[in-house]
Amino acid sequence: MGVARYWREIPVRYNLIGNRCSVCGKIYFPPRAICPTCRRKSIGKMEEYKLSGKGTVESFTIIHVPPPEFEGKAPYAVALIKMEEGWYLTGEIVDCPLDEIHIGMKVEACLRRIQEDGKKGAIYYGYKFRNAGD
Amino acid sequence: MREVAVIGIGMTEFGELWNRSFRDLVAEAGMQAILDAGIEGDEIDAMFIGGMSSGRFIGQEHVGSLAVEVAGLEDLHIPSIRVEAACASGGVAMHQGFLAVASGMYDVVVVGGAEKMTDVVGAEATNILASAADREWESFFGVTFPGLYALMARYHMQKYGTTQEQLASVAVKNHYNGSLNPKAQFKRRISVEDVLRSPMVAEPLHLLDCSPITDGAAAAVIVPLEKAKEYTDKVVKIMASAVATDTLSLHGRKSFDSIPAAYHAAQRAYKMAGVEAKDIDVAEVHDCFTIAEIMAIEDLGFVERGKGGKATEEGLTSLEGEIPVNTSGGLKSKGHPVGATGVAQINEIVMQLRGEAGERQVKDARIGLTHNVGGSGGTAVVHILGVI
Amino acid sequence: MAAIVGYGAYVPRYRIKAEEIARMWGKEASSIKSGLNIFEKSVPSMDEDTATISVEAARRAIKASKINPKEIGAIYVGSESHPYAVKPTATIVAEAIEATPELTAADYEFACKAGTAGMQNCIALVETGMIKYGMAIGADVSQAAPGDALEYAASAGGAAFIIGKEGIAKINATVSFTTDTPDFWRREGEPYPGHGERFTGEPAYFRHVMGAAKMLMERMGTSPSDYDYAVFHQPNGKFPLRVAKKLGFEKEKVEAGLLCPIIGNTYSGSTMLGLAAVLDVAKPGERIFAVSYGSGAGSDAFDITVMDSINAYPRQEIRKMLEEKVYVDYATYMKFRREFK
Repeated sequence: MGVARYWREIPVRYNLIGNRCSVCGKIYFPPRAICPTCRRKSIGKMEEYKLSGKGTVESFTIIHVPPPEFEGKAPYAVALIKMEEGWYLTGEIVDCPLDEIHIGMKVEACLRRIQEDGKKGAIYYGYKFRNAGD
Repeated sequence: MREVAVIGIGMTEFGELWNRSFRDLVAEAGMQAILDAGIEGDEIDAMFIGGMSSGRFIGQEHVGSLAVEVAGLEDLHIPSIRVEAACASGGVAMHQGFLAVASGMYDVVVVGGAEKMTDVVGAEATNILASAADREWESFFGVTFPGLYALMARYHMQKYGTTQEQLASVAVKNHYNGSLNPKAQFKRRISVEDVLRSPMVAEPLHLLDCSPITDGAAAAVIVPLEKAKEYTDKVVKIMASAVATDTLSLHGRKSFDSIPAAYHAAQRAYKMAGVEAKDIDVAEVHDCFTIAEIMAIEDLGFVERGKGGKATEEGLTSLEGEIPVNTSGGLKSKGHPVGATGVAQINEIVMQLRGEAGERQVKDARIGLTHNVGGSGGTAVVHILGVI
Repeated sequence: MAAIVGYGAYVPRYRIKAEEIARMWGKEASSIKSGLNIFEKSVPSMDEDTATISVEAARRAIKASKINPKEIGAIYVGSESHPYAVKPTATIVAEAIEATPELTAADYEFACKAGTAGMQNCIALVETGMIKYGMAIGADVSQAAPGDALEYAASAGGAAFIIGKEGIAKINATVSFTTDTPDFWRREGEPYPGHGERFTGEPAYFRHVMGAAKMLMERMGTSPSDYDYAVFHQPNGKFPLRVAKKLGFEKEKVEAGLLCPIIGNTYSGSTMLGLAAVLDVAKPGERIFAVSYGSGAGSDAFDITVMDSINAYPRQEIRKMLEEKVYVDYATYMKFRREFK
């Protein structure tokens, strides 16, 4: 990934800045150009909205065969998480024994290293999720 | 809109074809289809080629023009267009070809699909396939393609009680069918235990729940129905061609245990063809992972939502079952050269409807269906074909 | 002067026991434990580094102090293990707490006292009125060569302090004692530090800590009895107790801030985490004496008085936080620390 592509999304990757359609109130993450419900009416009416970082696990899987950037890190857990605000996102679950992860588990976002561009390239940080306690 | 028919098909064997390049595959499938159709090269009015990522697999874009050069058709200066929709590239290319003929603008159209996946190492292939998912918000976090389907599998298992054994039964059935297909990548029969004992890829999907990395190409020749009889007695009509889309990301969808795009494509196709799910005699569906076939037969209406696992386990979709699915061996056993799959599915159904499927033949197959999906469900294409 | 407006702390949850390291190298654990007074140390997860630890500590400080991050005028991160040799950690923190773009930022290096050096800078900027709030962070995922004595201590963790005009603890004075003393170092491009073994004691740690401590008490006209707590840099669990004794501080005054025995030496985080642990329990009116030490060498000393407003501050409860831990074996420890090249 080029540095410009990473840098552009820093507010989203570090601080979970999504957006909200000021017409219907729905919250989206990552931010969307247009609200799928209001469509044309939402043009110019999408406002920045910071997610709380809290959510629940809707589904999860343990990855055993990782992609090259994650070589050496498997097994790790990735989940479909329903955020408090009602929208879903995909992220890794950390700081929890793999066999204790379950559907319905409460999680909260934290900043972690996601990837690096080899040994000489940039380091890419982003959100992961840890157990927030039931 | 004119009606359209398939008059010729062709397909390379599928597998790790070290001695054949992308160009060799395109040439072989194309030539087979043209010979099968009994047409001359200079009769071709247009070509549509489906391919997911030749740019990254072999560093080659501009495949439309490449196909023309490979086919020796450059002096005709015909339109030749590359179509991309991840794993649905082949099916969407078919749809584009169908539209080209149905519109009246072109008469003889060749549709092809090809992918050469083994010129890069496994890890690189996995990385390339991840571009079928949401690169920024899914692949970036290491979820992987099997991971996305695994998320759907677990959701399906939680909601409907689908079991790992039921998932495995899809692979067992398809390997059995593939053992009867001379062009399949894997002709080895397997058992449920084999699947469950194979290494875990992304829980709950084991290695044998996942389709392989494959090289291959497939092609078909289509013409207006009214002209089909001039070329062949074995006319297969394309009764419906429907494409539907959904969000690229799995997390953006309204459903995690089905592929809404497939459901909608199927509904449109049934309406266009004037048939219902129960009228389908044989189907080729997109079993990139075993769970995908279970969701497919539910999305297509062959079985009630949630009952796909049990139905497969009980043999509903076996060769002798009520609705044989993936008689070719499916993506699991036949192989999945991404861009070629959609057109290979057409190949199988045409063979079934012509009565040329040998040991895999479904008795009295008159109406067949193909179901081709891109990514985790961002695009879906359904074709319905029938003998007249 | 200036004041501590808020503080935040973070230590990764993984631990490795001294016994496990000793087992690896065929050493006798009990003598090492009693010699160093370290029982286990913290280990960062594979996806944690100084930046993620700094962000975590910073976010906790902001949350607890409830200040508007846009009013932070300076952020300094002191560490010996910045993720980049060139490209600051401080800017990653600045973005992650939404303090950008109106602020100054830089990374500090001065071995284990890089964080307190940042604190001094924040104090000066606040006093001169240049900024409203400053944030100083000391954090590390410290390196130690496998098999070296430092391996029992080199751990991971960090603390963030927000400095402003008024707050939960007033900083009455700060002084520093600095000389060029090469007791411990790491060359550019090298993965592990080198050190002068016993030379790191008297001529290094003790000389500078005591030098700064005496300077401060002379400046303030105080003696150890004027203070309720004493926090010293903790390269092991013994040195802080020994230097306290030499200076005349009772052992009980050191105990609240002594975290090394259970988390090891968090390098740039060491004194600041100790100070944070003291603030977790300190009462209004109590006085704190804190002296850091950074090899190379120097000590920053602080005289702090706790204010009434601390009662309303949501304490970090570091000791409770540290009870949530997961032990790993040596191989996992190496994997987490990305030692396998």
